[in-house]
Amino acid sequence: MSDMMPITALGGRSPRVDTHGGVTLTENTNTALASYAARLGSEEKACTVLAEAIGRDLAGPGQVVFGTFDAFWMGPDQWMIAAPHDTHELLAFELSQAAGLSASVTEQNDAWCRFDLTGNRLASVFELLCPVPLRDWTGGEATRTSIDHLGCFVICKDVETVTVLGPRSSAGSLHHALLTAMKAAL
Amino acid sequence: MTQVNRLAGGQVDRSKELSFKFDGKSYRGYQGDTLASALLANDVRLMGRSFKYHRPRGPLTSGSEEPNAIVELRSGARQEPNTRATTAELFDGLTAKSQNRWPSLAFDALAINDRLSNFLAAGFYYKTFMWPAVFWEKLYEPIIRKAAGLGSLSLQDDPDSYDKGFRHCDLLVIGSGPSGLMAALTAARAGAEVILADEDFLLGGRLNAETYAIGDEDARDWAAATVAELGAMSNVRIMPRTTVIGAFDHGIYGALERVSDHVAVPADGKPRQILWRIYTKQTILAAGATERPIAFEQNDRPGIMLASAMRAYVNRWAATPAHTVAIFTNNDDGHRTAHDLAAKGVTVAAVIDTRADALKSEHFEVIPGATITNTQGRLGLTVIEVTLSTGQTRSISCGALGVSGGWNPNVHLASHQRGRPTWMPEISAFGPGATLPEGMHAAGAAMGQLSTHGALQSGAAQALVALKAMGKEGARPDPPEAEDAPIRITPFWHVSGAKRAWLDQQNDVTAKDVKLAHQENFRSVEHLKRYTTLGMATDQGKTSNMGGLAIMAELAGKSIPEVGTTIFRPPYTPTAIGAFAGRSAGADFRPIRKTPSHFWAEEQGAVFVEVGMWLRTQWFPRPGETHWRQSVDREVAQTRKSVGICDVTTLGKIDVQGADAATFLNKIYCNPFAKVPIGKVRYGLMLREDGIAMDDGTAARLAEDHFVVTTTTANAVGVYRHMEFVRQCLFPDLDVQLISTTEAWAQFSVAGPNARNLLRKVVDEEHDISNEAFPYMGCGEISVGGVRGRLFRISFSGELAYEIAVPTRYGDALIRKMVAAGEEFDAVVYGTEALGVMRIEKGHAAGNELNGTTTALNLGMGRMVNKKKDSIGSTLSERPGLNEKDALKLVGLKPVDPADPVPAGAHLMTKGTPVDAAHDQGYVTSACFSPNLGCHIAIGYLKSGDARMGEVIRLVSPLTGVDHDVEVVSAHFIDPEGERLRV
Repeated sequence: MSDMMPITALGGRSPRVDTHGGVTLTENTNTALASYAARLGSEEKACTVLAEAIGRDLAGPGQVVFGTFDAFWMGPDQWMIAAPHDTHELLAFELSQAAGLSASVTEQNDAWCRFDLTGNRLASVFELLCPVPLRDWTGGEATRTSIDHLGCFVICKDVETVTVLGPRSSAGSLHHALLTAMKAAL
Repeated sequence: MTQVNRLAGGQVDRSKELSFKFDGKSYRGYQGDTLASALLANDVRLMGRSFKYHRPRGPLTSGSEEPNAIVELRSGARQEPNTRATTAELFDGLTAKSQNRWPSLAFDALAINDRLSNFLAAGFYYKTFMWPAVFWEKLYEPIIRKAAGLGSLSLQDDPDSYDKGFRHCDLLVIGSGPSGLMAALTAARAGAEVILADEDFLLGGRLNAETYAIGDEDARDWAAATVAELGAMSNVRIMPRTTVIGAFDHGIYGALERVSDHVAVPADGKPRQILWRIYTKQTILAAGATERPIAFEQNDRPGIMLASAMRAYVNRWAATPAHTVAIFTNNDDGHRTAHDLAAKGVTVAAVIDTRADALKSEHFEVIPGATITNTQGRLGLTVIEVTLSTGQTRSISCGALGVSGGWNPNVHLASHQRGRPTWMPEISAFGPGATLPEGMHAAGAAMGQLSTHGALQSGAAQALVALKAMGKEGARPDPPEAEDAPIRITPFWHVSGAKRAWLDQQNDVTAKDVKLAHQENFRSVEHLKRYTTLGMATDQGKTSNMGGLAIMAELAGKSIPEVGTTIFRPPYTPTAIGAFAGRSAGADFRPIRKTPSHFWAEEQGAVFVEVGMWLRTQWFPRPGETHWRQSVDREVAQTRKSVGICDVTTLGKIDVQGADAATFLNKIYCNPFAKVPIGKVRYGLMLREDGIAMDDGTAARLAEDHFVVTTTTANAVGVYRHMEFVRQCLFPDLDVQLISTTEAWAQFSVAGPNARNLLRKVVDEEHDISNEAFPYMGCGEISVGGVRGRLFRISFSGELAYEIAVPTRYGDALIRKMVAAGEEFDAVVYGTEALGVMRIEKGHAAGNELNGTTTALNLGMGRMVNKKKDSIGSTLSERPGLNEKDALKLVGLKPVDPADPVPAGAHLMTKGTPVDAAHDQGYVTSACFSPNLGCHIAIGYLKSGDARMGEVIRLVSPLTGVDHDVEVVSAHFIDPEGERLRV
């Protein structure tokens, strides 16, 4: 057995789980991420390849699609792809192989920490964190925003399931912000 | 007996009796009271001392416009000065103290100022404390501040927390009076997302202070029922205790919610206040109106208040300021107060009406065409002196006087974006201007509709306008029947001939001060404001500005609208700084970035240092080491002797891909990059457009179309931003994609003669890292214990060195693995101090050298700027001014006497020349003690430094008393030939 044992972004051996006021905050370490950007002049092909890879139409601005691979829009002809780390640690490599020279793919597995929030009063929590209009969201939305000075992505699967991606090195600060907002709002 | 002034009725909950203290004395009140209403119920009219003259004062109003009843609320760390008793919600155990008095409220020694008032008129400070200048800061200001304080700070950390929040709505309704409620109802029934905000804890606005009916109901019941209906709708959010403090761009409003101000201690985890940013599509301003006083001689005694406030205290809080009162008015609304008080059993001694055609009453005496020309009562009103229309004078005993000078629409929020209010002659007041903030509509009293009927009608009408603007349909509700009394007012601003008629009671500005300002030629209303300080107190002149304008207009022979108003600025009411800070305070002031080895380093007892938001290890103390130098010297010496490990994850990493990646880097860096072989790293220098050095780093070519660029820690964000700008704006035709991967990889430097030996134990066997297979400046993919990794053979220390990277989640495991593997070599892990020492010993430039004024030439890298290609900054780096013959050059400096330090910041002077700026030869940028050389060393910039090797020059730092000789040497103190790098 390798002595190269991973730790979570919060420094633990296993993901941290906190519950308050009916909302559960879970550190999610089983996520592989790859950024996917179409190359100049190859946009159509890059989009086709990615759509085939994820088996879905690509998400438009402010949107996310879910499947074996989740993919949310990051910019013009640019998406972030997510898949289970256990089975797709080499997600970036796999996508890069598929895209060939039509897209630039970069591994982002450990660039981000991921926190999943579940519960039925998430809008009250998020309105203390960022300007995202979660009350109007129904599921399928994703946007870049700022939480306690940290550039984050907020991704809504449904009204009771929201994911926050934040910079991994600041996982402690982000977790503190999320938990503090839960305690303040709920 | 307690609460002697408490009447029957009101909207206080008599089943919930509360105890509280004011100036150490215990009182009782009820749930629903404010501090001011409870004190009045307990026959306490004297609540504070004025700012300048220390005159006894009681509440003038019953709301947030209060200038007088300003107290220190709570105690200990929660003590809060300058809090309005008129809005402080009573809770059990509340403590409050009067402020700005000594030794007591009843006897205040500084009331002597009042006797000296002739000397303390407007402009007194400007005229008196002009000289000598040095006295201002040392003597005058401390004394004046002490004398004129408005309460004191606890000087302890605020124990409470504050939140910032973000809300979105279709329609924001500001104010929950009749117009606000009707607007909210109309919009909510049409399906709009509505936020209804009110600064009061009881919604309903003036309806709670009145006795009339709406339809078949008491107005208060109608308000409660409407609020209940709104509260039951899922598309309505009701925000009581929330003051909308500012109207900003794009329909964004700032609002302060006082979440926990009405309880002694906030509930666990809950904030005290939330500063909301509300994003709106449309807004209804239903902020109501504020009654204004009339200025007359000695009009500031406790017991003299606005008639509407007196009515509110009696109707809403069932608290009368006295059992015998009088009213002074210029309009019919003053008579309404008299009627309501009389109906409650309060004796109305007289209504003094400035109008000859005043209303008549069967219930109390009305004195038409009369004015009040003086008052009596040291700590509270006892007598008013009335000058009758005949010229005769009459004294009337009373404990309180209600003054009504008309109503001013609350146009503040309508004017925050520089909209100027418009004069409305029918109510003798300013109303909202023609240019309101985008999406805002005024309704009710805020737009000059002062009757209840008008308010209800306009609330519904404006909501329909707002709905239409949003493309929504709405049905006009049938507003219930309500009073619709015509406005009958004859403007009357001040009683002439008064010597001390107060306009701005919070800043102690009198009518005479305004006259003085005019006499001294302060003609602009903005100058009047600043010279007299009229309207500059925390109440922002809500009850005083109009009086000042009227007097100024009179003196200038202009109309009031010709004089105009001053600029309205947010916040509408005083807002705690803590609310603006939100959670960004103390330890949470900013986020922390932790390196992948952070948790391991903590276990080792490492000392950390903030580098931007990063917490980096500064050094690792070992048992027996009592001074940081011992730890750092050991780390440096052992690295150069054997091997050292350092977490360098913080250095920026930018993934550069695309068919034109190499071309792009050729533009970004001043030295050539087009032909860097795959599997090789090249050092690069980046220039700003103006030719100044921006950052340095490396670029590793992983594939034909794939590079990884590294930056300094400090410039990681700046360089990424610069590269994005270049990509998107300067060369959009290049096929390049950028993304930061700083966080994605845990990267460690392994440096020293045994670096390879250590890594051979760590890197999986199938990867050949011998000097031949992996030479200096090589790079490639490797694995560590089966984990994917990258290896770069680059050195910042001058030693044989590598940087090894693995996915960040494995960084902790890698440091542990390397430390274990390094035991046989006595490997050390070193921090930023040792890192700094070694780079100075090697003469590597860092932030101190890349200081925004230096060029490649200064750095000794002039030849790196390739003239055969066009890169950013290369052309402007050729400017003559940057290429003087005696240009600064980076040199090394060694003390002639090895015991002498060579501090950074010290300047270099040629021996025998004067020590002055004209003869300055350069300066020291970075310095350290070198354990390898056994003395202090430094690098710095020296004019023509490259031609002055061996010269002994003078090092001076007048600030720190340094003045000794240093020798100019090569900046490369260690291994100048670079042999160690390549072994």
